[in-house]
Amino acid sequence: MNAETVRLWLDDRIGIGSIAAVARKKEIPVHRHSIWYYFGGMTLFLFSVQVGTGILLLLYYRPSAETAFESVQFIVTEVKFGWLIRSVHSWSANLMIATLFIHMFSVFFMKAYRRPREMTWVSGVLLLFLAVGFGFSGYLLPWNKLAFFATKVGTEIAGVIPLVGRPMLRFLRGGEDVTGATLTRFFGFHVAVLPAITTAIIGAHLMLVQMHGMSVPPGVDNEKVKRMKFIPNFLLRDLIGWVLAIGALAALAALFPWELGEKADAFASAPAGIRPEWYFLFMFQTLKFIPAKILFFDGEVVGILAFGLGGLMLFILPFLDKPDKPRRKTVITVIGVIVVIYIVVLTIIGYLG
Amino acid sequence: MKTESHQDSLEQKGECAQCPNRTHAAEAEHDGKGRRRFLNYLLGTGFGATLIAIFYPIIRFITPPMIIEATQNSVTAGKINELAVNSGKIFKFGNKPGILIRSASGELKAFSAVCTHLDCIVQYEPEKKQISCACHNGQYNLSGQNIGGPPPRPLEEFVVNTRGEEIIVSKA
Amino acid sequence: METTPVNQKNIAAASTRSRFRALKLVPLFALLLFATVSAQKKNSCVECHSQMEGALSEPVRLSKGDVHDARGLSCVDCHRGDSTKDDMAAAMDRRKGFVGKPKPSELPAFCGRCHSNAEFMKIFNPRLRVDQEREYSTSVHGKLLKSGDQNVATCVSCHGNHGVRAINDPLSKVYALNVAETCGSCHGNREYMKNYNIPNDQFDKYKTSVHAKALYDKQDLSAPTCNDCHGNHGAAPPGLASVANVCGQCHVRQATLFQSNPHKTVFGLMKVGECIQCHSNHGIMPPSDEMLGVGEKSACTQCHGDGDSGFAAAQRMKTSMDEMVASIGRSNDILNRAERAGMEVSKAKFELNEARDALTQARVTVHTFSPDELDKVLGPGLATSNKGYAAGGDALAELSFRRKGLAGSLFFILLLAGLIYLKVREVEKRQALRGQ
Repeated sequence: MNAETVRLWLDDRIGIGSIAAVARKKEIPVHRHSIWYYFGGMTLFLFSVQVGTGILLLLYYRPSAETAFESVQFIVTEVKFGWLIRSVHSWSANLMIATLFIHMFSVFFMKAYRRPREMTWVSGVLLLFLAVGFGFSGYLLPWNKLAFFATKVGTEIAGVIPLVGRPMLRFLRGGEDVTGATLTRFFGFHVAVLPAITTAIIGAHLMLVQMHGMSVPPGVDNEKVKRMKFIPNFLLRDLIGWVLAIGALAALAALFPWELGEKADAFASAPAGIRPEWYFLFMFQTLKFIPAKILFFDGEVVGILAFGLGGLMLFILPFLDKPDKPRRKTVITVIGVIVVIYIVVLTIIGYLG
Repeated sequence: MKTESHQDSLEQKGECAQCPNRTHAAEAEHDGKGRRRFLNYLLGTGFGATLIAIFYPIIRFITPPMIIEATQNSVTAGKINELAVNSGKIFKFGNKPGILIRSASGELKAFSAVCTHLDCIVQYEPEKKQISCACHNGQYNLSGQNIGGPPPRPLEEFVVNTRGEEIIVSKA
Repeated sequence: METTPVNQKNIAAASTRSRFRALKLVPLFALLLFATVSAQKKNSCVECHSQMEGALSEPVRLSKGDVHDARGLSCVDCHRGDSTKDDMAAAMDRRKGFVGKPKPSELPAFCGRCHSNAEFMKIFNPRLRVDQEREYSTSVHGKLLKSGDQNVATCVSCHGNHGVRAINDPLSKVYALNVAETCGSCHGNREYMKNYNIPNDQFDKYKTSVHAKALYDKQDLSAPTCNDCHGNHGAAPPGLASVANVCGQCHVRQATLFQSNPHKTVFGLMKVGECIQCHSNHGIMPPSDEMLGVGEKSACTQCHGDGDSGFAAAQRMKTSMDEMVASIGRSNDILNRAERAGMEVSKAKFELNEARDALTQARVTVHTFSPDELDKVLGPGLATSNKGYAAGGDALAELSFRRKGLAGSLFFILLLAGLIYLKVREVEKRQALRGQ
């Protein structure tokens, strides 16, 4: 029995030959901006790190208000390498969202969302929301003071949306307040609901990417551009990135271990200087700056609806950018730059303040 | 430059030396084969080592540790044969002290050992068959109720069970 | 909620109807009112005095919250006289037994007429004591009163005359939180007390004390105020030989240890007031370790001098205490360091609390004034503290191990990344050679 017989056996039964053929044919354009092509795969890699470490944590974590904090403490103190798995999981979550943002903005600026790749973009925006949902639901699970209040404030903000706000708040919280019921519910979202949906949408996203191939940015000639093979060239380079990511995660886990915090207490007052994770910070800071009343509307509601509108714009972006309207293209690019600067500046302000 | 198949077949047969038409490039490639094998060997070892470095912690992680669970809701407070009749002992329950008492009639009782007055640790007094606090002479009876001195509230009572020789105390 | 025009008419009609129905009840109310008024006893005292000005109407105003009034007792029950008579002379006829404003010297008997009568008091509160008058006669106030001093405190000085409240009523002048102020209203008044040879600073000193902090800041009603040490009715400073007994009501262990100690006999001989010699009486501060040993703030050096065994014992005890405090400090520091570096040491920190407990116990055991006894308590405490220190050291060692592990792994990871890069170069070179 050698590799060849195994290959033939598998091909006969599940047709890996055709998959392998597609993979072998895949090519990546090589140009000035090729570096951005790595970020999608990096996000996928970090997601699989999350799934792996998440499954491991599931072996010891207990999703109830009485036991959650203690179970995380147990993982970090008693379980061998528990500290490593837990810190990797927390750090990788943040790294994943960072690479996801980079991936999204690079696709945006390289205009890779245009025809025929609109659905790829739409599925990608869905994945963004799913990732943020993962982040929000996972943050509560250690049940410490910071997480408790972050969830309280976050769901409170959701509750401000007109009409659907209150029902949504009650759905998210499993009641009127953040309690053990919220924890159980968030746990269900985090380990079952979101993974299922995300797997499906990642599958669709990847399939669409293979179907349409890699796009080239405007200014690069699609016919004449040099291309490198996906296997083995690009994949090996991807691998370098992933190996370095493993190193980065190990370093972060050992040098900046994720804090345990203090167990959440529903009756204690919020700790001073509370703020959400960095990927929510720019929205949180914006809401802080918005005046209490705009005309006769509640400032907060206006802010949230504005962000909702922004999200919607993001969704339908491919349908807004028409190649036959060159001015619109420039406007979109400029808006994109402004948005990036805005996010960066407000995040910095959020940290300084 | 030789065609691919010809070079490959030569390499397979190890007959490079017999080929009269060698170019620099072919030579370079021929030398490179040794290097390539070395690199592949290193790479394989490197990957293998990395995989071990990833899977070793994972294997240790999934192996149950010595203390099998976060002992917060119940704890082994002691052994029956180590606790004399009409005596008490302090044990650790999570991160708070508890007091385990075997009464004169042999009954096992357990309470939080934190005095409700100013948080001193209480003790069992065999002569009076009561729990008392040395700091300001607080008194509790064997139901945990505050019956004398400054303590304003009773002591929290725990549930006591026995498993063989061991005494298991759990939250009520 | 909006109302339709039809609804509004109905509402208007209904309210008019109900108004008419209400009028039918007026005669019934008038009858009830008359019955109530005539059933209530006539009280000419209240009728006249309520219309007077200033101090003369005060008794009526104050009687509203008065505990006697609440139980159906009124003016004549204390002052006698006749409240059915409107005529002043008839109502306040001294020949018929009316007692106006009693003199201070008459007050104990005045109040005691009822309050010393067990049969009578049983009707109102079976648990109330009936020996206040007798106790009062043993007090400094009582003795001075009997000798003719009309300035001392009598029943009404503390309890008030009208508007007397139950002692567990927060508005009562003798409620736990108000006692010190009530006593201090005379004892803190230098003018008033100028003829007596006692200090005036008790209230001021007490306010700075640890007992006052417990009572007023922490609202711990079990904390002592004036009457807990001096007694309420039999108020007198505790005798020198009974100070330990008084403090020992709460500080049982310290008092017991002291009383089985040679110091008790010696203090008795020296006519020194036991606990208060070191701890003071009114301005009691939280004790510090500085009170032990032979330093500036030491209490021991008040009597002991260099060379005597007490001095040496004090030194030994202070050294042991300092060692314990330092050990706990060191262990706490290393655990904090480990925690700040990200290690989980909450269990070890908790166990360090046992060492702190031993320190608390030791500070009680100090009252044996025996270095050996102290060491018996501090020994296990030091062992616990050292365990905590070791745990901190272990955590830091684990941290160091992790960092070394990281350095090693990073080396291999970077090596691997480099190897892959070399592989990429090699593959691409081969591809170039093959014309790919």
